[in-house]
Amino acid sequence: MSAAESMDIDRSNMKVSASEVAIDIVGMNKWYGDFHVLRDIDLRVMKGERIVIAGPSGSGKSTLIRCVNRLEEHQKGKIVVDGIELTNDLKRIDEVRREVGMVFQHFNLFPHLTILQNLTLAPIWVRGTPRAEAEETAMHYLERVKIPEQASKFPGQLSGGQQQRVAIARSLCMSPKIMLFDEPTSALDPEMVKEVLEVMISLAESGMTMICVTHEMGFARQVANRVIFMDQGQIIEQNEPEEFFHNPRHERTKLFLSQILH
Amino acid sequence: MTIESNFLYVRETEAPVSPPPRRETGLGYWLRSNLFSSLGNTVLTVVTIVFLAWILPILYNFLVGEAVFAGTMDDCRAHPAGACWVYIQARASFMVYGFYPIAEYWRPNTVFVLGLALIIPLLMPRAPYKVPNIIAFLVVYPIVAVILLAGGVFGLPYVPTEMWGGLMLTLALSVVGVVGSFPIGILLALGRRSNLPIIKTLCILTIELWRAVPLITVLFMASVMLPLFVPNGFTVDKLVRAMIGITIFYGAYMAETIRGGLQALPRGQFEAAAALGLNYWKSTIFIILPQALKYVIPGIVGTFISLVKDTSLVSIVGLLDLINAINAAGASAEWASPTKAFTGYTFAIAIYFVLCFSLSRYAKYMEDRLNTGHKR
Repeated sequence: MSAAESMDIDRSNMKVSASEVAIDIVGMNKWYGDFHVLRDIDLRVMKGERIVIAGPSGSGKSTLIRCVNRLEEHQKGKIVVDGIELTNDLKRIDEVRREVGMVFQHFNLFPHLTILQNLTLAPIWVRGTPRAEAEETAMHYLERVKIPEQASKFPGQLSGGQQQRVAIARSLCMSPKIMLFDEPTSALDPEMVKEVLEVMISLAESGMTMICVTHEMGFARQVANRVIFMDQGQIIEQNEPEEFFHNPRHERTKLFLSQILH
Repeated sequence: MTIESNFLYVRETEAPVSPPPRRETGLGYWLRSNLFSSLGNTVLTVVTIVFLAWILPILYNFLVGEAVFAGTMDDCRAHPAGACWVYIQARASFMVYGFYPIAEYWRPNTVFVLGLALIIPLLMPRAPYKVPNIIAFLVVYPIVAVILLAGGVFGLPYVPTEMWGGLMLTLALSVVGVVGSFPIGILLALGRRSNLPIIKTLCILTIELWRAVPLITVLFMASVMLPLFVPNGFTVDKLVRAMIGITIFYGAYMAETIRGGLQALPRGQFEAAAALGLNYWKSTIFIILPQALKYVIPGIVGTFISLVKDTSLVSIVGLLDLINAINAAGASAEWASPTKAFTGYTFAIAIYFVLCFSLSRYAKYMEDRLNTGHKR
């Protein structure tokens, strides 16, 4: 929590667009069998927004962002990402996935490939980037996440924090317009949380549109322009971080905050 | 609460890094930990030593000591306690080539050498030109091999498959079976996990049907029943039918082995590939299969080894594989000798062992090589 609070943040590039919509979710519902996991979700994300989604486990936070790149299918309502509506059309799904990067709790690096191969695989085979150019881009992002010297190692040889930074770099190599973070620091040892948050902050400083499911409330305070609180598959409250933390309105939000902020 | 002062501590000097105690290394340690670590292991070690002391001299006497290495069959008949290597020397060409015309032996020899020249670099991870190598082996080589072995074109005398036999036939069946069943297994395994109901059902039916039937039945069906169903005048070579039968049969087994690997793969790998925009085939080829196949190398090799050995079943439909050729080689009275059969089968054991053991060793090598630091 304190990791992000102690940072100086350069806000000059953090601009939320007033007209350009990055993600538009309207009346979205999802069920797992009979279980209604997401209920009437309405969420409009503008370009350049940094949104943190908080809530107790099982509240549907992860499922919500996994619907945005169709790792989960919604059954009712509409999701439009970067102007493309998500339907069963596989072509459109691939199009959306090319523009939306995702970082997972358990990194999900490809263990049989070197770090450099992890980073260049999708640019080469999805975007058709020439290998030399893809490798140059990959090295650029590895430098940005501060581990260029690990390029020829395998994921199993890296620490958790390093693996997660590689995972972020891997997504960035596809030059996504939107980044989704699904509890990126939850599987890390405490001493490695900071190095990952720093990378996420620098990404926010560059103006990236981000949705982060996280329990790092310090990050939410410092970086987010909007905090969304979910419980039992619904969006309960959304507000600017200052208001959200100091003046929560809903009883459920107050209870949640009292439990995690001590 | 106060703590007694001798519980408080700050390290001032670094603890030295030292080698393990002497008794943790060396021959004595190895013997103690591997052969005599417990009463049970000690008993087993002693029993094993006694057994080896009993069997090794017997084997040595039969294979070397009393064996006949030169001379005639009469010498063999005079030495009933030793192997008759004279017989193997005299009949080796039949055991290797069957009824293939002696003047044309250079053709299978060329195919064999060519095959080795293509397979060996293919199996060496560091060897360059993998893609041309694969094309040469999978596309060009089979055509060249069939032209050379069967002939009938380019002035090569025609040699019908009825005349093929021995080790040559066993190798042909094994190579075709191994190379053919692997991709069939992959496709069936992927199909069985497909979201498309028709493909999934077809793959399940194929796998379960072929696994439900003994290989012998498959071979009988292929050689006896199939001609009844195809139009008159249209025949498929008996050897080709056996090859197809073995290939699909083992493809079905391979499918289930590979499916095990696919299921062992964490869901996160599929999701990460999808999230990067890789479509089904790209993520399957670059992410899923390399890992899934690595998990099941032991199973795949087990299936291959079993395939190589099961090629001997083709003798029941009248094909002259290695075992059948060895049996046929000594059939006439001039080769009669008390140890002829033993010697022949020893020869067969040696050949099958070399084939299967090298498969197994190569698999071990690949497994070690593909281990990319999951365990540090």
